[in-house]
Amino acid sequence: MGLPVGFPVSLLTGIEQIERKPSQSQATLLSIFSQEYQKHIKRTHAKHHTSEAIESYYQRYLNGVRKNGAAPVLLELANEVDYAPSLMARIILERFLQKHEEAPPSKSVINSMLRDPSQIPDGVLANQVYQCIVNDCCYGPLVDCIKHAIGHEHEVLLRDLLLEKNLSFLDEDQLRARGYDKTPDFILQVPVAVEGHIIHWIESKASFGDECSHHAYLHDQFWSYWNRFGPGLVIYWYGFIQELDCNRERGILLHACFPTDIVTLCHSVA
Amino acid sequence: MAAVLESLLREELSVAAAVRWIARSAQSSEDDPREAAALSSLRPLRKEFVPFLLNFLREQSSRVLPQGPPTPAKAPGSSTGLPGRSGGPPRGGRGARNQLFPPIEASSATTADAPSARRGGRRRGPGPARERGRGPGGPEEGVSGECLPWAGGRRPRSSGSPSSPSLARSDPPNLSNLEEFPPVGSVPLGSAGTKPSRRINPTPVSEERSLSKPKTCFTSPPISCVPSSQPSVLDTSPWGHGLPSGCRSLQEEREMLRKERSKQLQQSPTPACPTLESGSPHPSRTGHLTAEPADPARVSSHHRLELVALVYSSCIAENLVPNLFLELFFVLQLLTARRMVAAKDSDLETTPGAVDSLESPLFQSVHDCVFFAVKVLERQFHILSHLDKGTLKLLAENERLLCFSPALQGCLRAAYEGSVAKVSLAMPPSAQAVSFQPETDNRANFSSDRAFHTFKKQRDVFYEVLREWEDRHEEPGWDFEKGLGSRIRAMMGQLSAACSHSHFVRLFQKQLLQMCQSPGGAGGTVLGEAPDVLNMLGADKLGRLRRLQERLVAPQSSGGPCPPPTFPGCQGFFRDFILSASSFQFNQHLMDSLSLKIRELNSLALPQPEPSDEDGESDVDWQGERRQFAVVLLSLRLLAKFLGFVAFLPYRGPEPPLTRELQDSILSLRSQVPPVLDVRALLQQGLRARRAVLTVPWLVEFLSLADHIVPMLDYYRSVFTLLLHLHRSLILSKESEGEMCFLNKLLLLAVLGWLFQIPTVPEDLFFLEEGQLDVLEVDTVASEHGLDSMPVVDQQLLYTCCPYIGELRKLLASWVSGSSGRSGGFVRKITPTTTTGLGAQPPQTTQGLQAQLAQAFFHNHPPSLRRTVEFVAERIGSNCVKHIKFCQKKSPGAVRALLPEETPAAVLSSAENIAVSLATEKACAWLSANITALIRREVKAAVSRTLRTQGPEPAARGERRGCSRACEHHAPLPSHLISEIKDVLSLAVGPRDPEEGVAPEYLEQLLGHLGQMLRCRQFLCPPAEQHLAKCSVELASLLVADQIPILGPPAQHQLERGQARRLLLMLLSLWKDDFQVPVPLQLLLRPRNVALLADTRPKEWDLLLFLLRELVEKDLMKQMEIKACLDSLYEAQWPGDFSEELATLFNLFSAEPHVPETQLRACELVQPNRGTVLAQS
Repeated sequence: MGLPVGFPVSLLTGIEQIERKPSQSQATLLSIFSQEYQKHIKRTHAKHHTSEAIESYYQRYLNGVRKNGAAPVLLELANEVDYAPSLMARIILERFLQKHEEAPPSKSVINSMLRDPSQIPDGVLANQVYQCIVNDCCYGPLVDCIKHAIGHEHEVLLRDLLLEKNLSFLDEDQLRARGYDKTPDFILQVPVAVEGHIIHWIESKASFGDECSHHAYLHDQFWSYWNRFGPGLVIYWYGFIQELDCNRERGILLHACFPTDIVTLCHSVA
Repeated sequence: MAAVLESLLREELSVAAAVRWIARSAQSSEDDPREAAALSSLRPLRKEFVPFLLNFLREQSSRVLPQGPPTPAKAPGSSTGLPGRSGGPPRGGRGARNQLFPPIEASSATTADAPSARRGGRRRGPGPARERGRGPGGPEEGVSGECLPWAGGRRPRSSGSPSSPSLARSDPPNLSNLEEFPPVGSVPLGSAGTKPSRRINPTPVSEERSLSKPKTCFTSPPISCVPSSQPSVLDTSPWGHGLPSGCRSLQEEREMLRKERSKQLQQSPTPACPTLESGSPHPSRTGHLTAEPADPARVSSHHRLELVALVYSSCIAENLVPNLFLELFFVLQLLTARRMVAAKDSDLETTPGAVDSLESPLFQSVHDCVFFAVKVLERQFHILSHLDKGTLKLLAENERLLCFSPALQGCLRAAYEGSVAKVSLAMPPSAQAVSFQPETDNRANFSSDRAFHTFKKQRDVFYEVLREWEDRHEEPGWDFEKGLGSRIRAMMGQLSAACSHSHFVRLFQKQLLQMCQSPGGAGGTVLGEAPDVLNMLGADKLGRLRRLQERLVAPQSSGGPCPPPTFPGCQGFFRDFILSASSFQFNQHLMDSLSLKIRELNSLALPQPEPSDEDGESDVDWQGERRQFAVVLLSLRLLAKFLGFVAFLPYRGPEPPLTRELQDSILSLRSQVPPVLDVRALLQQGLRARRAVLTVPWLVEFLSLADHIVPMLDYYRSVFTLLLHLHRSLILSKESEGEMCFLNKLLLLAVLGWLFQIPTVPEDLFFLEEGQLDVLEVDTVASEHGLDSMPVVDQQLLYTCCPYIGELRKLLASWVSGSSGRSGGFVRKITPTTTTGLGAQPPQTTQGLQAQLAQAFFHNHPPSLRRTVEFVAERIGSNCVKHIKFCQKKSPGAVRALLPEETPAAVLSSAENIAVSLATEKACAWLSANITALIRREVKAAVSRTLRTQGPEPAARGERRGCSRACEHHAPLPSHLISEIKDVLSLAVGPRDPEEGVAPEYLEQLLGHLGQMLRCRQFLCPPAEQHLAKCSVELASLLVADQIPILGPPAQHQLERGQARRLLLMLLSLWKDDFQVPVPLQLLLRPRNVALLADTRPKEWDLLLFLLRELVEKDLMKQMEIKACLDSLYEAQWPGDFSEELATLFNLFSAEPHVPETQLRACELVQPNRGTVLAQS
């Protein structure tokens, strides 16, 4: 992934500072960057969605392509207003479709067009949208897919490690099939102890555990798992803020990698 | 009553005969005719003897000053202890002993410093009043009975009416004057507030008894100085003459006190911390705590004391006293009495007409007290020997005891040394959540998706609330209702709307059991912890540490020997939750669920060890049964307590001063309401099946939360009658075949004794007419092998269920810490000794962790799994002991046979292994108790060897997804490849710097990696593959249009045609062989992709044609499919010349498949930049 086009300067300097620390891997830095960028976008989301803003962006787009349809009009507009290109493309596409059709387009239509811009009735807009999508490093269907793939890869990695350690488990799909209402990545059929803590489930998070995302995960996922399956382990593969690992006694253990000191129920007679 | 005592003292009557007389209504053939004659005249008084005796002892000991740290059962009402009171009428000139009623000071003082817990002195009116009203005694005395606070229902009905005594005429020593005769231990104060034991009120004496002194009769145990709570209508009292002027206001105060108490009881069942102030201003009582040395040689009247001790002991032995442990506590108070208060002149005055033998005080000195106490203790040794090790040690070390009875001391020392800590394996306290069980919790169990999802959310809200409570409930100022109330009620609203209460109640109940079952969860200290800590310290420091411990411990749990029902620890959460929820639906579902679970557990067939032949006595054989029994019993008690709480919640409130009419109407209303659970039937069944040891303890918990009306309802009254009958039948000294086991009896006596002291239980209940008891004979011979005759109760369970027994130890400990002039009082500086690990969490041992793991293993599995494993371990373990075979061969087979077939292999293997371990452990435990260490080591080694050779079979590896077994999954990750292709696409689409580009080798490598990854597929998921397929098609379009910027000199920014074909062929091969998802090849001929060609100069139609032909060749697309796509391309608007070129392409494609390359060149047409044109399209 290259640096994002719509990249705020303040963040850049932050990244550069972090990058000098040799201990942090590039992936971790990218994960942290991605989270920071997302926070930035969330903060400014509303101001780009006022009807005045949308109208003004759309007019600027129309003027731009009228002058030169091959120029990266939409991408430059996104960069200029400091907004994610894919999201800008969505704004313009929605506005464009609204003009052409009476009813506002459904979300699934928009998403489908963003995934495959060749469905967009306007060739120039299709190219502009496509350009935004392939140049966006934090949003858009391609980035979503990459994120999903990264998550999946780490789950696979974890699964293999569990198999390697001979730990029997039920995965998310199996749990869902049995009607579980909340499903961690893996439930251990036989619990193990990690650093003296019993764990029943393991959740893989292919991201950096920062305060904001961790609290959201705690509320939406980790406590829910605890509420159903008891204590468990979260692996933040790209690291986490150490201070967040404060619920160990309560039953939520954080790790940045697969734990090495797993104690299993040993069956010899002591 | 005094007459009997006097007869005894005059030796006209043997103690045995007297006790027989007291205990049984009918005369026995053993009775000496002379004695019988002596007693028959006293027959109407028989029932009043015990209350009289108990109160007599209290009164007699009132001048003894136990001291030391707050000891339970002290009433603050003693005159010297309460200097600051005011407002009461001045005491009579002769002292209060001539008054019939305690002076007002006593109760006002009580009001001032006695918090809720001291319910001792209450006289509950309604019970006896009703009894009188309906009973043979007739209504004529009904109202009058109420007005006389001390004329309680103790008085037998028969003597109730015509022969009402006119007490006022006599001038008995006023034993009810708490100033003169404070209940035992009335001194220091502190814990006074929590002493709930009750002091019984004077009973009116019938005329014939008026000859004897004293004229007043007291019922049971000591302590509170408030003799009555009866509402009074003084004027109507037939015995009303002579009421002191302060009586009415006294009644009022009692009323207030009672209200206050029941309010507190309801609001904060946890006893308030006692204050020490009450007695402190009187240094004469509290400051000089030096104990008088007790000297056996200075005992005043051996004979008399011995006789009374004998009678008293016999009453205890016959269960004629309501609360065994309260009496023991009293006796220990006597043993540890510090000094005698100097008697006032008036106290020493001889009461006119008093019979000599009772004329002088029974206890004239500390020596007398100690002598008496030791005599009683000698007769209670059997009970003492079953107390915990700490109590035994304190008793054995008590210098007075040694001095007065070396023999008893020797026995106690031996008991202490021989005391094995029979502590069942304590389960680690699990503050875990209730596990999700698909069979009860998944969607299929809900009526709608909405209900399912509502419950999903409510489960999380519940735990959120619980976690917040855990974090904050100890913060000062935090309030449950304020903090969580609205959230809980919102939750209730949601549950009602979704009709999911039954699901939530199941969760609530399971969580309750999980959190509160273990003693730790109940907030109590677990027995046996202290000794471990002590063992870590040097012997020389033990004393100091122990004193520190005692001091730390004593104030915390000064609930006294009869604390009111409380909701300690986590139970408080559940109680407050119910209160805050205030949801009728929730409560109803909860009661339904609790009742069902109670029935289920109560009827659980607890596994019984096979009738063992040789080693039947072995304790180890019983460990498993005990543990299971303890778990079931503790669960039942908890459930029953909450059932009682919820069921009687609507009726709870301050005890109302009921008029007869009001009471009758309430009773007629309530008596038609069916009981929430048919406890009477369950009790009867339990007694018949000889399972009282299981049923009674939970029933007591249930009844302890009843409201004041409940004991008056016929239904519950009969339950109490059954319990009383049972209580009387539990004679500890009877130990024969088929009898209930000693500790079983002791547990029942303890819990029943406690129940009889609960404020809501009328005091007179215990001294019911025996005739009623006889009627309710229960046939208990039905089942010979009931639980009752099995040693299911151990010491730990006894103390867990009845933590108040620990008050005995505290009392003794306070003697140790406060006694002796060694340091001048018990408040000494104690220098704490430290040792490593103290205070901190002890490092987790491997064994501990393993035990936790085994425990945790069952957490997320259905409960049946655990039951099966434990059952197998139990059975096999027992068999092993018998036949010395080894466990690991049999257990797995047994487990396998019992578990469902679909049990996963890993679960099965763990379950089997746990069963093996448990069985082996059990066998080893037996062995360790029976075989020498050497043999044990060999056995263990053999077991380990066998286990090692068997080894756990490696779990089957999950199937490989797509790649060969040899694959080591070194292919690049899909996410990396998507990311790299995305970079190429963005470079091609632009914007880009002029010098930017990719090397052709890089593209080849990228496609190579893509191929590797698609062949490995280890990390690939369908969405990633779909995106990769789409991106590869985009890439092909860019290749065909020559739009990929190539690194190199500016002139060569294009890919060589050969390279481009090579790359296209790679892509074709990937599409053909490696992608497993549909590849959107039709994208190649979408207008947007084809338009890319318009930008190319010169046009490279040949690559497109090549690609299309290859697609057909490789059967990736059908010819017709491509033609259709090309056809549809015409529909788009193209510049004229581009349309022509498209037409040419179409024709070429439709022609011969293998067109020479030169012909393709024909398609290369020089065109001006078409960007503008396209933009306009």
